[in-house]
Amino acid sequence: MRRYSAFAVAREALRYHSGWERAWASPEPKKKYDVIIIGAGGHGLATAFYLGKRFGIKNVAILEKGWLGGGNTGRNTTIIRSNYLQDPSAAIYEKSRSLYETMSQDLNYNVMFSPRGVIMLAQTHHEVRGYQRTAHANALQGVKTEYIGPERVKELVPIININGPRYPVLGGLWQDRGGTARHDAVAWGYARACSDMGMDVIQKCEVTGIRRESGRVVGVSTSKGEIDCDKLGIVVAGHSGVLADLAGFRLPIESVALQALVSEPIKPCMDVVVMANTVHGYMSQSDKGEMVIGGGADGYNNYTQRGSFHHIEETVRALIETFPMISRLKMLRQWGGIVDMTGDRSPILSKTPVDGVFINCGWGTGGFKAIPGSGYGMAELIAKGSSPLTDAFSLNRFKEGRFIDESVAAGVAH
Amino acid sequence: MSTRLSTHGRLIDRSQTIKFTFNGKWMRGHPGDTLASALLANDQMLVGRSFKYHRPRGIVASGAEEPNALVNMGKGPTFEPNQRATTTELFDGLTATSQNHWPSLEFDVGEINASLSRFLPAGFYYKTFMYPRAFWKHVYEPFIRQSAGLGQAPKDRDADTYEHFYAFTDILVIGGGVAGLQAAKAAADSGAKVLLVEQSSAWGGRAMVDQVDSETVNDTPVDKFVEEITAELAAMPNVTMRLRMMGAGVYDHGYVLAYERLNDHQPDADGPRHRLWRIRAKQTITATGAIERPLSFAGNDVPGVMLASAVRDYVVNFGVSPGDRTVIATNNDDAYLTAIILKKAGLDVPRIIDARPEGGGALMEEAKALGIRVDLGRAIAKVKGSRRVTKVQICNQAGEGGVLDEVACDAVAMSGGWSPVVHLWSHCGGKLLWDEGHAMFRPDGDNPPRGASGEGFVRCAGIANGAMDLAAVIADAHEAGKAAAKEAGFTPKRSKAPAATSRADAALLPVWLMPQGAKTELRAKSWLDFQNDVKVTDVQLAAREGFESVEHTKRYTTLGMATDQGKLSNINGLAILSDALGQPIPATGTTTFRPPYTPISMGAIAGEARGEVFQPIRRTPMHDWHDANGADWEPVGHWRRPYAFVRPGESVEAAVMREVTNTRESIGLLDASTLGKLIVKGPDAGRFLDMLYTNMMSTLKPGRCRYGLMCTENGFLTDDGVVARIDEDTFLCHTTTGGADRIHAHMEEWLQTEWWDWKVYVANVTEQYAQVAVVGPKARKLLEKLGGMDVSADELPFMGWADGTIGGFACRVYRISFSGELSFEIAVKASDGQAFWDALMEAGSEFGIQPYGTECLHIMRAEKGFIMIGDETDGTVIPQDLGLDWAISKKKEDYLGKRAQERSHMTDPNRWKLVGLETVDGSVLPDGAYAVGPGKNANGQRNMIGRVTSTYHSPTLGRGIAMGLVQHGPDRMGEVLEFPGTDGKTYKAKIVSPIFYDPEGEKQNV
Repeated sequence: MRRYSAFAVAREALRYHSGWERAWASPEPKKKYDVIIIGAGGHGLATAFYLGKRFGIKNVAILEKGWLGGGNTGRNTTIIRSNYLQDPSAAIYEKSRSLYETMSQDLNYNVMFSPRGVIMLAQTHHEVRGYQRTAHANALQGVKTEYIGPERVKELVPIININGPRYPVLGGLWQDRGGTARHDAVAWGYARACSDMGMDVIQKCEVTGIRRESGRVVGVSTSKGEIDCDKLGIVVAGHSGVLADLAGFRLPIESVALQALVSEPIKPCMDVVVMANTVHGYMSQSDKGEMVIGGGADGYNNYTQRGSFHHIEETVRALIETFPMISRLKMLRQWGGIVDMTGDRSPILSKTPVDGVFINCGWGTGGFKAIPGSGYGMAELIAKGSSPLTDAFSLNRFKEGRFIDESVAAGVAH
Repeated sequence: MSTRLSTHGRLIDRSQTIKFTFNGKWMRGHPGDTLASALLANDQMLVGRSFKYHRPRGIVASGAEEPNALVNMGKGPTFEPNQRATTTELFDGLTATSQNHWPSLEFDVGEINASLSRFLPAGFYYKTFMYPRAFWKHVYEPFIRQSAGLGQAPKDRDADTYEHFYAFTDILVIGGGVAGLQAAKAAADSGAKVLLVEQSSAWGGRAMVDQVDSETVNDTPVDKFVEEITAELAAMPNVTMRLRMMGAGVYDHGYVLAYERLNDHQPDADGPRHRLWRIRAKQTITATGAIERPLSFAGNDVPGVMLASAVRDYVVNFGVSPGDRTVIATNNDDAYLTAIILKKAGLDVPRIIDARPEGGGALMEEAKALGIRVDLGRAIAKVKGSRRVTKVQICNQAGEGGVLDEVACDAVAMSGGWSPVVHLWSHCGGKLLWDEGHAMFRPDGDNPPRGASGEGFVRCAGIANGAMDLAAVIADAHEAGKAAAKEAGFTPKRSKAPAATSRADAALLPVWLMPQGAKTELRAKSWLDFQNDVKVTDVQLAAREGFESVEHTKRYTTLGMATDQGKLSNINGLAILSDALGQPIPATGTTTFRPPYTPISMGAIAGEARGEVFQPIRRTPMHDWHDANGADWEPVGHWRRPYAFVRPGESVEAAVMREVTNTRESIGLLDASTLGKLIVKGPDAGRFLDMLYTNMMSTLKPGRCRYGLMCTENGFLTDDGVVARIDEDTFLCHTTTGGADRIHAHMEEWLQTEWWDWKVYVANVTEQYAQVAVVGPKARKLLEKLGGMDVSADELPFMGWADGTIGGFACRVYRISFSGELSFEIAVKASDGQAFWDALMEAGSEFGIQPYGTECLHIMRAEKGFIMIGDETDGTVIPQDLGLDWAISKKKEDYLGKRAQERSHMTDPNRWKLVGLETVDGSVLPDGAYAVGPGKNANGQRNMIGRVTSTYHSPTLGRGIAMGLVQHGPDRMGEVLEFPGTDGKTYKAKIVSPIFYDPEGEKQNV
């Protein structure tokens, strides 16, 4: 792999960039792999990356029905934070956040991780107490967060309306090393690194069957033919239920549309990420200048990657209340992604009833921030059968009632 | 130069002159001008700077597709960035400034990026700015953010208002050109209700510019036809017509969003600025026309290079000539119209450069006859000039760009063919076909967006449907109107489409790059996306690097992601990509079309819901009294409740302490009206409540109350409250304040989905009653003083209720207590609430009565060890964790949550259980603090063994008290735990019983 650098760009400029090679290869599938990962989104690619990096397992294929990074990896609002309440969540999200810190250097691909800070606003007494609790928990979990008062919120976000008539800002939970990253670049960076390790990233390759022999996976049927494998990782977010069905088991997952929107770009006016859970909205400003906005998920199940307008309305209304100046901005584009929701709103990283089949899903509305940590833990689970980062997220927890409920801390999509 | 002509200008009123400013300079225009036409009339071709390279940019188009002419408009509370000059109607006093430059439009430091453009290709930022690590946040990113971003951020609160409008119609027609008018007419003739909307300020569309001289409908000139059909439609009672209203988005189930700009053109007028229409239409017809494509040649972004159609729009509509000498570059016949119109207006057209070796049809002959020189098989090699076109260099289209000739000029009108506006068709899943002949995507009529019935609910009409000449447009629109009417359940009139003339054009030659074999130096100056600075070489680089999906290319290069949403760039870009990948264009496909069609204001999306009316505030009947008597308000759900009643000079904390002491010693009054009150009625009501509550409700006797717990099907405690049995069939269930609506919905869900055959009704009567808790040792004395019903312990024992009167008010009295004191909760009808409260306050003054708020309520219940939903519970706690086993029936076969509570983790002896906590030094434990045990877990986190759920200073005990959940807690009485605070201190607290006050319950049961 040719390294990327300013010098490389300058050198290429002299010949009008005619010498750049492909960022990732486009191979035909081999007959057999040690591990097949279904789904070349962030989580799938990160899983493959760490299989190679941590465990030397490089005979790996990542199969993608469409184009890599085209699902929720390329549709989210790019927020990265780890201020979760429950121990298992804090562990995996903080691992993830810390991996984002060095991801550009680790991948030699600028994913533009921008630790600009994330504020979750407290707008009811209940929220104040909830975030104070989270701050206490985070301190013991090794997650650096701080509960701050309204004056500090205003200082960090000058455009905010602290004294709104309906929900005045009472304080907030502040994570100064949270932030954003360029979502597409995360997928592209991992794809390039996986390809460089000799793994096959195979796009436009739809899995149509999962072949099993005496309770164990032996391979998959795809639109590009039969491919054998020893182990299989299903990492497909919104369509997890469909793939589980192919493998012969069911998941406690519902798929719903989550929407986001951006404004037209404007000059910098907000340097941090703000989440307002009481009124259901969150906003940050992209490096291009667009205000990136998200809110709640639709209340009905579907696979359409578009959503109903009333959610957009609810979100925008809430944010105008919080940031009155956006009233005179214009909505440039709205879109939707299909998120896979579990009953406790926490993910599933688990063995399955089929030997050799592992599943990573259920990230719901908050998967982007977890990509590197999820891949890090999932790779260990596939390689060794267990990982301290993932063990609490097993499928069994639904049978045992061992939920990891984060609704206390985050009542809104994120 | 660009200038106002003495002829043409069908849309402007030359009799009036209005003034406006651009970058502080006063300019003149006429009513009817757009900001863009007025700028051109004042020779202001340079209007902005591009996003990435800060290249000088001029007006390119005349409508919503304009990528460059975006301005900051207005001031203060009416300031708005990124206003599109081509769709902004001029008004007197308009102030506009150009964007994205420093220090000025003419001299922009950022232009250095343009000279460095070779070093800044698509995606260069993914390959650089990585070292040293900290530089991204502190150096690179701030620099990138500052140079991007276009317009300025508004600073003030928006001074304008907005509104929503709901409309229901049989047929919605979007687009008021000849196709839309004809489709609306054909549909309306069936008797169907028709709503016809047009985004601009005039009916007739392009035909009014293009066909007005030469073509006819029903043997009348096009403008006459438009005038007649508009009048006919306006006279029909079943037709509604709106100008300045754009179809913004099409959603599932025939839901269409439209955006009406009421006052943008008259900012001083009364009323809302924008209106968002939410339309339910049985059928929608999109007659949205087409957008001309630019051509990709070197220097196609120099100010003065414009779409050929836009050039003639400015001449015909506004009497403005973009240039004195205009060179035409084309691959089709349409641009010849521009040449003819310019020539006839007395302007110079030195050359028509037609890429087609065979040239065009009748229009070419007409142009030649006017004396215009036509070069066939030729192309523009390069446009010269920086802030304005000075000349073009001409080469062979089939070659590599060797210059054959140069022509001096100050404008270039280009046409690469037309693309139907298929956005609305595509928003909800309508599919597209590639039309080889016209080199364009058009709607695939067999694959429309489909509704619940499986039938299509959108159809396209006219050029939006791929009908390319007037006769075809009229015929297509007529059929679309009739078909939509039929689909909507009406019988269309048997009628034929009006006959119209059609133009005999020669075939178009697809030209995606000019010249075909352009060398890299030329391709690197050939723009695809003007606003985002994406060039032909950028798309080719993306293809080379493996970004083969059109979505990858879009995201890697930012092609089509600017505020014009790629209306000019997308098709050209994907043609270049297809060529680079060696595959046909349809194999590459398009990116997804997302709403809205053009950006719509956030203000319009929010509508009226802002400030006080953002969400309704619910007020109890006594709200105003509270407000007048020092209430420190706390939002609870949609309610406001007094946190405490603060006296002048008193702190909130002191008020709370005073209220607790007063209530415990004499008498306190709480407005409990917000508590949820649900009537559950029917022969199966008892059976139903037995399933909802963990304890038995069917055995409750009329006249008695019982405290109950409700769990989710996962076993977690979700709400609690007192249930009163009113009669054999009727229960009144009290819920928490925040829980009323949620529990009502919860009950309905189970009744409607699971126990739909049970005979039970549920009604939420929360607001029908004002409820007052009269609490304290002197409570009974007060009620006896007021007189009426017997409230003695014998007649109305603890956990009983009775109907009667008190002080002349009809009421229902519940003997229940959440404070541990003697307590009566008294419900009167809501309209009596304030008078009843007044009567209590007046009669109570001799007993030292004082109102109290929610914090006092919280402290008193914590002193008694009563749990609070939302404090002791958080969605992960089961009743068994809280020592509430006594409220769980052992006899019942089932209740919601029972099976879940039998799961292994729920019966795990290691679960954290409710205890009381007393700090060793009497201080108050921090809210939400965790108790730590020794060591760390496998993920390096401190081991936690418990947490604080409620913590207060108790004035009754004179010390801090807390409740918490602790592992094996009830078995560890007397143990001291450590709670690290976030303030750096460690707090020590002893495990005690959670009941701090009156453990025997003697005070409440008197």
